[in-house]
Amino acid sequence: MATAEPLQSAAEQAPALDLTERTDLVPIFIMGKKYDVPSTLTIQKALEYAGYQLIRGCGCRGGICGACATVYRMPGSPKIHVGLACQTLVQPNMYLTMVPFFPANRAVYNIEEMKPDTHALLKVYPELTKCMGCNTCTKSCPMELDVMEYISAALRGDLERTAELSMSCVMCGICASRCPAELGQYHIAILCRRLTARHLRPKAAHVAEMVERVESGRYEEPLRQLMTADLDTLRKLYVEREMEPHTADEMWQPQETRFL
Amino acid sequence: MGYTAELLELIKRVEKTRPERVARKKAGQEFTALTLEQRADRLKKYHPDYREGGLRELKIGPSKGYALAREIADLFEARSRVDPDKIDLNEVHYETDVLVIGGGGAGTAAALMAQEQGARVIIATKLRHGDANTMMAEGGIQAATKGWKDSPYYHYLDVMGGGHFENDPELVRTMVLEAPKVIAWLERLGCMLNKWPDGKLFTLHGAGTCRKRMHYAGDLTGAEIMRTLRDEARNRIKDIGVLEFSPAVELLLDDKGRCSGAVLYNLETEEYFLVKAKAVVMATGGCGRLHIQNFMTTNHYGATGDGLVMGYRLGVGVRFLHATQYHPTGAVFPEQAEGLLITEKVRGAGANLVNIDGEQFVFEREPRDIESASIIRECTTVGKGIPVPGQPGKFGVWLDSPMIDLLEGEGTVEREFPAKFILFKRYEIDISKMPMLVYPTLHYQNGGLAYKPDGSTAVPGFFVAGEVGGGVHGANRLMGNSLLDITVFGRLAGETAGRYVKDRADVGALSVEHVRKYHKELEEAGIETDRVSPMILPDYANPLVRKRQWTTTYVGTIR
Ligand SMILES: Cc1cc2nc3c(=O)[nH]c(=O)nc-3n(C[C@H](O)[C@H](O)[C@H](O)COP(=O)(O)OP(=O)(O)OC[C@H]3O[C@@H](n4cnc5c(N)ncnc54)[C@H](O)[C@@H]3O)c2cc1C
Ligand code: SF4
Ligand code: SF4
Ligand code: FES
Repeated sequence: MATAEPLQSAAEQAPALDLTERTDLVPIFIMGKKYDVPSTLTIQKALEYAGYQLIRGCGCRGGICGACATVYRMPGSPKIHVGLACQTLVQPNMYLTMVPFFPANRAVYNIEEMKPDTHALLKVYPELTKCMGCNTCTKSCPMELDVMEYISAALRGDLERTAELSMSCVMCGICASRCPAELGQYHIAILCRRLTARHLRPKAAHVAEMVERVESGRYEEPLRQLMTADLDTLRKLYVEREMEPHTADEMWQPQETRFL
Repeated sequence: MGYTAELLELIKRVEKTRPERVARKKAGQEFTALTLEQRADRLKKYHPDYREGGLRELKIGPSKGYALAREIADLFEARSRVDPDKIDLNEVHYETDVLVIGGGGAGTAAALMAQEQGARVIIATKLRHGDANTMMAEGGIQAATKGWKDSPYYHYLDVMGGGHFENDPELVRTMVLEAPKVIAWLERLGCMLNKWPDGKLFTLHGAGTCRKRMHYAGDLTGAEIMRTLRDEARNRIKDIGVLEFSPAVELLLDDKGRCSGAVLYNLETEEYFLVKAKAVVMATGGCGRLHIQNFMTTNHYGATGDGLVMGYRLGVGVRFLHATQYHPTGAVFPEQAEGLLITEKVRGAGANLVNIDGEQFVFEREPRDIESASIIRECTTVGKGIPVPGQPGKFGVWLDSPMIDLLEGEGTVEREFPAKFILFKRYEIDISKMPMLVYPTLHYQNGGLAYKPDGSTAVPGFFVAGEVGGGVHGANRLMGNSLLDITVFGRLAGETAGRYVKDRADVGALSVEHVRKYHKELEEAGIETDRVSPMILPDYANPLVRKRQWTTTYVGTIR
C-alpha cells in the first residue's frame, strides 16, 4: 500500500495558505494536499489549523477513544506509519490521511449463554481461522499491542490471555483495515474480555453479599438517621469517622461495627 | 523534541532546591497548610468561581436570579439554533418508545435498562457511540462492597462531606444503596475490573474516602465500562437503535405538555429531523469544552453542555452550576498534551509544586479547589509562574515528580504512573528525572438539571441522568463518584422511562411552543442577541481560514 501521490506533484499544488503569524511552520500533506502548519502541533490540531472543523475523527482528544486513526508516509520511504491524530506530532513533509471508520464484522451474541471457548468463538467469528500470521496487525497498532498474539491466543482457546493482551485496545480499527484475512481483531478482543470477566474469573462473593444486605433493608435505619441529622451532628460524624489506613491490608476491620 | 532550552535552564533552579525539599519531606516537615480562614480567603481571591464577573445571574427561565458561570449563562440566554416556525411538526422521521440523548455511560446504561422494560429505544448521540467523558475516566468507581469494613452508611458520610453537606440527601441515599448493585451488574456484563484470584475486587482509597472502595480496571476504568456497555447495547440492536453524528438541538412537547421527542441535526448532511418518542432521557454529560474563563479542559470534544440548554428551555431548573471543578494539575507542556489530567496520586506520592525559582508555595495535599487557587495566585499576583513556550501570556508551575523516585526509590514513577510515564516519554520527557509543567484545568460540571432519584423531572416524560444532572455531589464531587453516579442514575432513569412508556397510551400533537415562549421571555427581559445554543461543537478552526470562507454561513460555532 502506498500513499496516493508522489512527492513532486503534490509539492506543486496550490500555494500554501497565508498563515504568516506563526514562524515555525512546516509543510504537511493532508490527503495529498499541502498545508503549512506549526511544527509543535499534533496532527489533530494541525488539521484544525489548516481550516478543518473536525466532525469525524475526533472524540476524546486524549488518546483513548480511538476516533482518530491516521496513516501516513514519509517521503522517500514506502513504509506506512500509523498513529492517533491526537497523540502524534506533525513531521515535515508527511503524507497523511485519517481513517476514522473502517467497516469490520461484528457478531451479535448473548454473553450470558455463550461458552468461553474456541468453539463458541469460531461460531460467531469463523474468520478467526483465516489468520495467516503475517503480523501486519501488530506492526500497525498505535497502542503497540501484540495483536497477532492476542488473535492466536483466542484461536488456541486462551481467552484470558487475549483479554489481558488487549486491555488497552482503543478500538481504532487500524489493524482491521490492514488485515489480509479480513478480521475485526478488536471486536474479537472485546468478546474475549467479556467472556473472561463473565465466565472465567471467579465471582466477587463480597459484592453479591453486599447486594443481599442492601436488599434486606439493613441500612435503611442508619441512613435515615444520617438524613435527618442536623448539620452539626453530621459534621461531627464525618470528622470522627474511622479511617482505614492507607497501608492496611485487605481484611482490615474497623472498631465500630454497628453500621456495617 | 522534549523541553526547550529555556525550560531546561529553568529546571536547573528546581534541581537546586530539590535536595533540601526532599530532606525536609523525609524528616516529616511539610509545607504549612492553610488555616480554614486562609483557605476561605484564598478561594475568594483566586478561585475562578469567585472571580469578578465569573458568575452571572440568569435573567430568565426556571432558575431566574441564580448566578452561574457566565459561559453557561450565555448559552441559556440565547436563541434556539432552529427557528421554531421552520420546524415541520408533521414530518416525523423516527418513532420510538424511549429516546436517549447522549451515547456516553449514563445514556447507554439507560438504554439497556429501558430495553429490559420492553421498550424500543433510540440513542441519538453527537459523535460516535462512546465518544464521551465516560471513556476518559481513569481512576475508578466507588461502591461499598466489602461488608467487613464498609457500608453505604460510610459511603454516604464521605459523599456528603465532600460536597460540603449541601448535597441532595435523597439522591445520595439512592446512589450509595444502588452502588453495590451496579458493581454486580458490571461484573455480570463482563466488565474486566481488577480482581484477586479468589474473585475479590481490588479497591483503593480516593481523596475523601474513609474506606478503600475505589474499584478500577487498570488506569482505564471508564473506557472499560463504556466499551462493555456499548458492546451490550450492540447485542440488543433489534431494540436499541443508535444514531451517531446526530446531536439533539431541541426537545419536543405534545399538546398535553409531556416531553415527546427531539429535533436532531445530522452533522454530516446538515439536515434536521424529528424523533417522536413517549419518553426522553437526557444524558449529554458535561461542559468542559465551553472553556469557562478560558481554561483548558480534560473533557472530550463534544462536552458543550447541550443538555443543560435543552432541559432549561423545556422548563427544568438547574442547581449547583455555580461551582465548577478545576483539577489543579493539567499538563500545559508539550502543547499536544495540553489539558491532560495528571492524577492527584502524583502529589499524594510526595511531589511538590514549585515556582520559577524552585520554591514551594503550597502544601501539595490541600483540597483540589485550594490547590488550584494557589497555583493561579502564584502565576498571577505573585508573578512566579513559568512562561509556557510558544504560548505568550500563558504560565504554569512545576510538579516536581522526580522527588518521588528520591523518596520511594528509583523506578517508582515508572511503576506507579505507567501511562503518564510512557506518554511523556513519547515527547522525550522523562518525568522520573524532570518535573512536569502544569496549570489548573477545567474538569467537571458539579451541578446540572434538577431531577429526582428515579430520574424524573418537573416535566412529565422527561428524564435526566449523569453529569448533565445536579444535586448528588453538592458543590464538589469526589473522585470515583461520577462513574457511579452515571451508572446508578442511568440505570434508574432508563428503568423509570421504560415503565413510564408502558402507561402512556399516546403522543398528542407535537409542539415547540416552549421554544417560542422562551424566545419571548428573552425579548421581554431585553436580551437582544444573535447567540444561538446549544453549541454542539467548540470552534477550534483557524480564524484566518474562517475569514476567507466568504460564502460559508455559520450558525453559532458550526455551519
Ligand atoms: C479525563 C477525565 C477523567 C475522569 N476520571 C474519573 C474517575 O476516575 N472516576 C469518576 O468517577 N469520574 C471520572 N471522571 C468523570 C466522569 O468520567 C464523567 O463525569 C462521566 O463519565 C460522565 O458520564 P455521562 O454519561 O453523564 O456523560 P458522557 O460520558 O460525557 O456522555 C455524554 C454523551 O452525550 C453526547 N452528547 C452531548 N451533547 C449531545 C447532544 N446535543 N445530542 C446528543 N448527544 C450529545 C456526547 O457526545 C457523549 O457521547 C473523569 C472525567 C474526565 C474527563
Ligand atoms: S493482520 Fe490479520 S492475518 Fe495478519 S496476523 Fe494479524 S490477524 Fe492474522
Ligand atoms: S488492536 Fe487494533 S483496534 Fe486495538 S488499538 Fe491496536 S490497532 Fe487499534
Ligand atoms: S481523539 Fe480519541 S484517541 Fe484521538
